[in-house]
Amino acid sequence: MGSMIQTYGLTEADFRGDRFPAPAKDLKGNNDLLCLTKPALIEEIHGKYFTAGADIVETNTFSSTRIGQSDYELESIVTELNLAAVACARRAAQKAEAATPGRRCFVAGAIGPLNRTLSMSPDVNRPDFRAVTWNQVVEAYTEQIRALLQGGVDALLIETIFDTLNSKAALFAAETVFEEAGKRVPVMISVTITDASGRTLSGQTTEAFYNSIRHAKPFSVGINCALGGRAMRPYIEELARVAECYVTCYPNAGLPNAFGGYDETPADMAAVLREFAEAGLINLVGGCCGSTPDHIAAISGAVRGLAPRKRPVVPPAMRLSGLEPLTVA
Amino acid sequence: MTQSASNFLVVGERTNITGSPKFAKALKAGDWAVCLEIARQQVENGANIIDINVDEALIDGEATMVKFLNLIAAEPDIARVPVMIDSSKWSVLEAGLQCLQGKGVVNSISLKDGEEEFLRRAKLIRRYGAAAVVMAFDEQGQAATRDEKVRICTRAYKLLTEKIGFPPEDIIFDPNILTVATGIEEHNNYAVDFFEAVKIIKETLPHAKVSGGVSNVSFSFRGNNPVREAIHTAFLYHAIRAGMDMGIVNAGMLGNYDEIEPTLREHVEDVLLNRRPDATERLVKFADELKAKQGGATKTETKEDLAWRAQPVEERIKHALVKGIDAFVDQDTEECRQKYPRPLDIIEGPLMDGMRVVGDLFGAGKMFLPQVVKSARVMKKAVAYLTPFMEEEKRRAEAAGEATRSQGKFLIATVKGDVHDIGKNIVGVVLACNNYEVVDLGVMVPADKILAEARRIGADVIGLSGLITPSLDEMVHVAKEMAREGFTVPLLIGGATTSAAHTAVKIAPEYPPGVVHVLDASRVVNVVSSLLSPEQKPAYMEEIRAKQERQRQEFAARRTRKPLLSLATARDRRPRFDWATVDIPRPEFLGVRVFDPVPLEEIVPFIDWGPFFSAWELHGRFPQILEDETVGTEAKKLFADGQKLLDQIVREKRFTAKAIMGYWPCNAVGDDIEIYADESRSAVVTRFHQLRQQLEKPADQFNHCLADYIAPKDSGRIDYMGGFAVTAGHGVEEFAKEFKAKGDDYNAIMAQALGDRLAEAMAEMLHKRARDAAGFGRTENLSYEDLIRERYRGVRPAPGYPACPDHTEKRILFDLLGVTKATGIVLTESCAMSPASSVSGWYFNHPEAKYFGVGKIGRDQIEEYAQRTQRSVAETEKWLAPYLDYDPR
Repeated sequence: MGSMIQTYGLTEADFRGDRFPAPAKDLKGNNDLLCLTKPALIEEIHGKYFTAGADIVETNTFSSTRIGQSDYELESIVTELNLAAVACARRAAQKAEAATPGRRCFVAGAIGPLNRTLSMSPDVNRPDFRAVTWNQVVEAYTEQIRALLQGGVDALLIETIFDTLNSKAALFAAETVFEEAGKRVPVMISVTITDASGRTLSGQTTEAFYNSIRHAKPFSVGINCALGGRAMRPYIEELARVAECYVTCYPNAGLPNAFGGYDETPADMAAVLREFAEAGLINLVGGCCGSTPDHIAAISGAVRGLAPRKRPVVPPAMRLSGLEPLTVA
Repeated sequence: MTQSASNFLVVGERTNITGSPKFAKALKAGDWAVCLEIARQQVENGANIIDINVDEALIDGEATMVKFLNLIAAEPDIARVPVMIDSSKWSVLEAGLQCLQGKGVVNSISLKDGEEEFLRRAKLIRRYGAAAVVMAFDEQGQAATRDEKVRICTRAYKLLTEKIGFPPEDIIFDPNILTVATGIEEHNNYAVDFFEAVKIIKETLPHAKVSGGVSNVSFSFRGNNPVREAIHTAFLYHAIRAGMDMGIVNAGMLGNYDEIEPTLREHVEDVLLNRRPDATERLVKFADELKAKQGGATKTETKEDLAWRAQPVEERIKHALVKGIDAFVDQDTEECRQKYPRPLDIIEGPLMDGMRVVGDLFGAGKMFLPQVVKSARVMKKAVAYLTPFMEEEKRRAEAAGEATRSQGKFLIATVKGDVHDIGKNIVGVVLACNNYEVVDLGVMVPADKILAEARRIGADVIGLSGLITPSLDEMVHVAKEMAREGFTVPLLIGGATTSAAHTAVKIAPEYPPGVVHVLDASRVVNVVSSLLSPEQKPAYMEEIRAKQERQRQEFAARRTRKPLLSLATARDRRPRFDWATVDIPRPEFLGVRVFDPVPLEEIVPFIDWGPFFSAWELHGRFPQILEDETVGTEAKKLFADGQKLLDQIVREKRFTAKAIMGYWPCNAVGDDIEIYADESRSAVVTRFHQLRQQLEKPADQFNHCLADYIAPKDSGRIDYMGGFAVTAGHGVEEFAKEFKAKGDDYNAIMAQALGDRLAEAMAEMLHKRARDAAGFGRTENLSYEDLIRERYRGVRPAPGYPACPDHTEKRILFDLLGVTKATGIVLTESCAMSPASSVSGWYFNHPEAKYFGVGKIGRDQIEEYAQRTQRSVAETEKWLAPYLDYDPR
């Protein structure tokens, strides 16, 4: 979504729209806001992905929490923002469904990682310091998830997780909202592995991460963003081995190059993901940063007809984790 | 050991306030380093999970639990293993759950407060994603016998699994390990009760686990560790055989069942298995004998591997940095201090060597972030140890009249829109370790704040960090802003997404004073010390610039890039003005005016002193620099010396200042500007040729060219532009030579620096007169500050600089004005002005005129420009070589 928005060359005025003529902070860069100020554009982008062959699109709500929006002093419009985002995606889904009778198009509510983390101190001299509290994070996510659910998303997608504790707070919030609403939707979880050590930014191995979020009984778990597909393979393999739920993979179109662009062509990316599918590692595929509708079309074509991963039968065991997993059979 | 024994999990008890007097003492004293060391030792000794309990009447349980867990999160050697949060208070347990990114264990919940509360807590534990220890405790109290234990555990199991769907594999029963050999007869069977209960629980409650606090069983023998150790070992042997999965034990105090001295083992087992009525009596007697024999309790040695301590000190320092161990760092640093001549040698030697290893391991994926941060802390501790010695050295040097190294101020920030700051923090620590003053503005810092703070503190170097790709653009923006606001301090670029190539191609061109990409924190010290050393900086920057130019060329040659706009398209995207309404002031004179000589005292008020200080490598804005903490003293001295010499120059008229300016009627024709003999516009005297930006820009931006600021001929309106040349250079070299002859290099350089300042000041002064002559200058009412920041209408771009990169236009300007005749300034064959300390340029009075950089030029524009300037393409390419977007060969 972000990469597509960039191509429109929007100005501060576009971000403001009629709604925010004199904002407290400049709004350019607040991509989520476009659901309110440029809804037709967001719907159009969603539509392009559906046309390219996507079955699920994510709402444009990566930063639609009061913590994310506090950078723009827009905490007060979080609920509205999420509702508008779901509406944009839903309209695009309905149009795509109408265009091809019998087709099902899904909308997943995107929930981003926040720019403040619960496991790491921003101050190297005060390792016990935290820039945010558990309760603040849970409140922020609760507000967002409540609105996404009210808007009518088909699933929640907690993604680009780099601090597991933040994602646990999101899962905690989701469970609370499900309980109060008396209904639930599938929860999809996707972590990001940021460097060659194969760990999350907060230091966990892939399996330790899975153990940490498994209690939420996710519909799917996977890896997205930071690394390109090729570099993700060992971690996808690890997830495929341990996860009793579906496994997802939506990499960036390669690593960001020196100029902030992405070099992997649709064909490159599709080839990598096709190989994952052929190896029986994944159930759902897609693209993250830099993946254009052309990428999605290529990926969709590449995996069509391939059998999805078979979910393993995992013996019951107490699966604990610190930064590393500990299984007590 | 049996198979099941090898699967037995050790839950470390030493971070349990009731399990370790040492931990209790450290915790009460708030000695967190010791608390962490205890935690680390248990993990090193083989604890699979660590139990953390801070329950104590005088301790704020919630806050202490949170603080300790957060501290542990920063210790990868400890955080590797799961945590068991242990408290009798639910609020402490819940506070702890909010700090665990991994899946931990809550110890404990029970039916003591009734079913409802039990299930409420269990449900929350599940939502937090933890396993739970369930005590064999109910509304009636603690289960002691086998049947009570089984009954309560079975009830809890059914409630948890049937009522709220708690996963059975995440239930850990603690059926109470109670103290034996107390002398009270009912207690004699406690161990047997436990073993039997474990067996039944494991058989009848599928997937549930069993744990227990083992130390409790031997409580009667406190003070006699060999006996206690034997009891624990034997107890575990039997409990594990019964099915116990894990136990809270002192990981360093577990022996091997087969190695217990046979007599002792027999006595111990008699007690545990309740084999004979006098078992307790016999063991107590035996224990006393044993204690007497051994001369009291022996301490079990820690099993921590200290082999590395035997290595040479440099290796030990490296080991400590790589492993993040700060326990020995003071002692090792002291040892180095005895060995190395200066404290700084230790920092630059063994400490930085170790940090480089850390950087390499991190880069290779063999270390991960929390460890790196840990290493940085060890580094910091070592430096803190050395600081007093360095200060002492400095004092001694000062007392001896030697110059001391002045610290530099390093301002660092993660740019707007980016939250990643770990790398930045490391850089900050490493620099601080090396005695630089580091001001860290944190994350998401907008450009204006970076600039304002940099000015406020008088930063000597600014470092920008970012991890995500949009940060690259923001860094370019900051660089532009720094250039726009006249900064001269070096700009460092770092962070995962940055690269030397991007820095060379996108950032460095925006900020002429110098941009350096820093690959990682281990290199930042070398970079900064080079940049802040007046001796090293010129050569270093030269090298960097050359490298960046190469990278730019390589990039240009390599990339399959977006082509530049065609010249026609670029022209189409010029800024458009409504020429019918643009204010075109008619200057009060046309033609040329010569000022010879310009009285020096008139120029002095226009001097911008900022660059004067940067010329001397003193960085900061004037006049704040005079009060600057670090360089203030030096700056004041320099300023006083400068003023003194300037007074002499003015008083004795050592320099001769001359200036010339002119205004002419003109119009733009395409990208050229025709200069007319008079307002009838019948005769074209000459033409200035301007270049246009061809880079594709966002829709709301234009492709600029200086000719855009002049009314086109077909607009029907007549326009006016100006030109000028000034010099303060006559006399400068001679004056400098006089000083040099006396061996006074200081004043020689000072004379040259003042010459440059006077020339720039004269350009400013003359521009003021030019604006006055155009009318709008008379109502400006500008302060000194406004003037220095060029907060006025109009620009005076100089041929050869970014807005008009062709130096040869100076020849046309010089001819038109008659510069050489009037002022004595001549152009060298490469169009440089001699004497130095000269400035020339044009005046554009258009209300929206601004400075810009032409940037890359395409072949089409070069070919057309060659025609317009009546030169060969090859010659044109030679003059504009750095700007060509193509390889002319």
